[in-house]
Amino acid sequence: MDFTFEDQQLAFRDAIHKFLMVEAAPEMLREIWETTRTGRSAELRAKLADQGLTALSVPEAFGGIGLGDLDWVLVHQELGYFAIPDSLTDSAYLAVYLLNHLPADVTLKREWLPRIASGNARIAIGHPVNPLVADAELADLLLLWHNDEIHALTRDQVQCTFNASVDLSRRLYKLKWTPSSATRICPARQGRALWSELLDRAALAASAQLLGLAQRMLDLGVDHAAQRKQFGKPVGSFQAVKHHFADVAVKVEFAEPVIHRAAYAVAEDDPRQALYVSHAKLAAGEAARLAARKSIQAHGAMGYTWEADLQMYMKRAWALDSAWGDAKFHKSRIDRAILASDALLGPGASFSTSN
Amino acid sequence: MRLEYTERQNKFREEIRGWLATHVPKQPLTSFDTEAGFAAHRDWEAKLFEGRWSAVTWPKQYGGRGCDLIEWLIFEEEYWRANAPLRVNQNGVFLLAPTLMEYGTDEQKARFLPRMASGQDIWAQGWSEPGAGSDMAAIRSKAVRNGDHYVINGQKTWSTRAVWADWLFGMFRTDPESSRHHGLTFILMPLNLPGITIRPIKQLNGLPGFAEIFFDDVRVPVENRLGDEGAGWSVAMATAGFERGLMLRSPARFQQTARNLVDLYRRHRDVADADPGIREAVLKSWMDAEAYTLATYRTASRLGKGAKIGAEASTNKIFWSELDLLMHETALRILGPLGELMPEAPDAGDAAHWLDGFLFAQAGPIYAGTNEIQRNIIAERMLGLPRS
Repeated sequence: MDFTFEDQQLAFRDAIHKFLMVEAAPEMLREIWETTRTGRSAELRAKLADQGLTALSVPEAFGGIGLGDLDWVLVHQELGYFAIPDSLTDSAYLAVYLLNHLPADVTLKREWLPRIASGNARIAIGHPVNPLVADAELADLLLLWHNDEIHALTRDQVQCTFNASVDLSRRLYKLKWTPSSATRICPARQGRALWSELLDRAALAASAQLLGLAQRMLDLGVDHAAQRKQFGKPVGSFQAVKHHFADVAVKVEFAEPVIHRAAYAVAEDDPRQALYVSHAKLAAGEAARLAARKSIQAHGAMGYTWEADLQMYMKRAWALDSAWGDAKFHKSRIDRAILASDALLGPGASFSTSN
Repeated sequence: MRLEYTERQNKFREEIRGWLATHVPKQPLTSFDTEAGFAAHRDWEAKLFEGRWSAVTWPKQYGGRGCDLIEWLIFEEEYWRANAPLRVNQNGVFLLAPTLMEYGTDEQKARFLPRMASGQDIWAQGWSEPGAGSDMAAIRSKAVRNGDHYVINGQKTWSTRAVWADWLFGMFRTDPESSRHHGLTFILMPLNLPGITIRPIKQLNGLPGFAEIFFDDVRVPVENRLGDEGAGWSVAMATAGFERGLMLRSPARFQQTARNLVDLYRRHRDVADADPGIREAVLKSWMDAEAYTLATYRTASRLGKGAKIGAEASTNKIFWSELDLLMHETALRILGPLGELMPEAPDAGDAAHWLDGFLFAQAGPIYAGTNEIQRNIIAERMLGLPRS
């Protein structure tokens, strides 16, 4: 039993944090938000690729680094903390999972995995839990659900209608497309399990980003409260304000291990993976929503402006909270697992007892 | 990261599970806040000690097993799972002992620890005073050095289980010129010394779980001092600060309550679902008990690798005390009009222990540093906000 990450994993996380601190300042986010049509920056993508992020879970045989879900969960916390506006998760984590688990003879896999690893492919994922598909317009390839089958389409095979999100770093599209035997790359028989695994990974990635966002909103609020003076003192010295932040810190502190256990369960194919992921999504969503509420409160009127950086992180949190399964979806999964007559509950039931 | 138990850990679990299965009293013991219940719980401590289960994290020489914190968590899981009696000596075993191990002389350890482990000495705490609650540095009770003795005068209050306890540990002002957290000294004393008067205080449930302690020229030998004279504050604060936070309320306790709550909900589902908020609160209880468990395993793993834990320990107290309230409030919502029945009421059924837990849960956000004090600590020491 060891609930800590390897030093190497933490060192990689720290390196990514330092890199994004420099490369993903709020001014840069704002520029991408406000000026680009696609909401994506080729320059930022190239930098992410240089750090190895696009290659993270691509197998070494396809030009990648071959790391796993536990490495990704730490990276996703950082991507959340810096509210990175990129389709990195969909391309380099989720699409890689699907492609990698396709039968060996699928040529698509040999073609796209190396391209993803080198940072030269954007891939959009269409799953029925999300009514819209993120980043469809700029996608080089779309992997779409149809009755549990997996279909692969190029951009010219789909019609995209843009739907604006409150989070301008998200680019959402309604798709029109026609499934055919030519677009189908995996039958429902195998596709069902792959989509289910993909959904858990996507919800886990959203959870980790929400947790990173919660931490960022807490930090922004604390910084503001330490600077801003009223009644001759920093507002952060008043107990009412302090206690808002303490409540957020408590939520973050107790959400993080829940998310890390979910990542471990996904990595190890634990039979309770779906339950643990849903718990992670709810815990992270709760922390992020509370962080948004308390941070805007501490910002005062400034928090309600377009000018304050806080808005970008809040809006991303509000959007991700309902992406890849909203609270209704995840609560119902927990409900089924916990209220089942044979549910394993109580002391000693938090981890597998085998070794 | 490796979230599976080792073969050795599984064996340890089996061993304690087996021992508890044959030794835990079939009938629950009477509350240790009664004279007879206190004696029965003391006997249980002796029985635990015979099996070498009363202080598993202690070194073997003092009656422990030298367990690490993961093994301690496993022990606690089995203990709560077995519905074993509450620990009447937890003030000693979990709170004073780590301090004694760090600051005590070899003589003091040999003198106090084995008798503590076997339940021969049950310990009470003497921190709060009428004028020193949340503001503990306002302690005024005095210990004046007179040759090889301290002469103690003053008053302590809210001293849990002091009505029948044998010994007291607490802080006293040894430097009359000092103020705040300077000039305080950590002193141990038997509660039967001349000049000590103990006045029971009834708690919310009507039992005398607290006491006020009055000191009138009480003479305590200097060798009963723990740590240096005047160093009481740092002895009390610095020592194993986290381990106390961890051991004060083990996660197994809340997991057991969460499981009981799920069972209660399942049995009463036909009526409980009339209030749509109940099911959500039941699921939330499971989630938060689980989160507290995971966070504790993470902390135990970090400590096992030599990490030091700081102000984030204050988050624990807030989290479990609010969880405990949520679970008991939810149980009473399910029980509805039966919820108010006292344990002895003939028709109380399984309502009784929920009411007892509900009353006790009211204390959680108050004792061991109120949750407001914990929030101040988090804001100032963890988040770096300016002091008011």
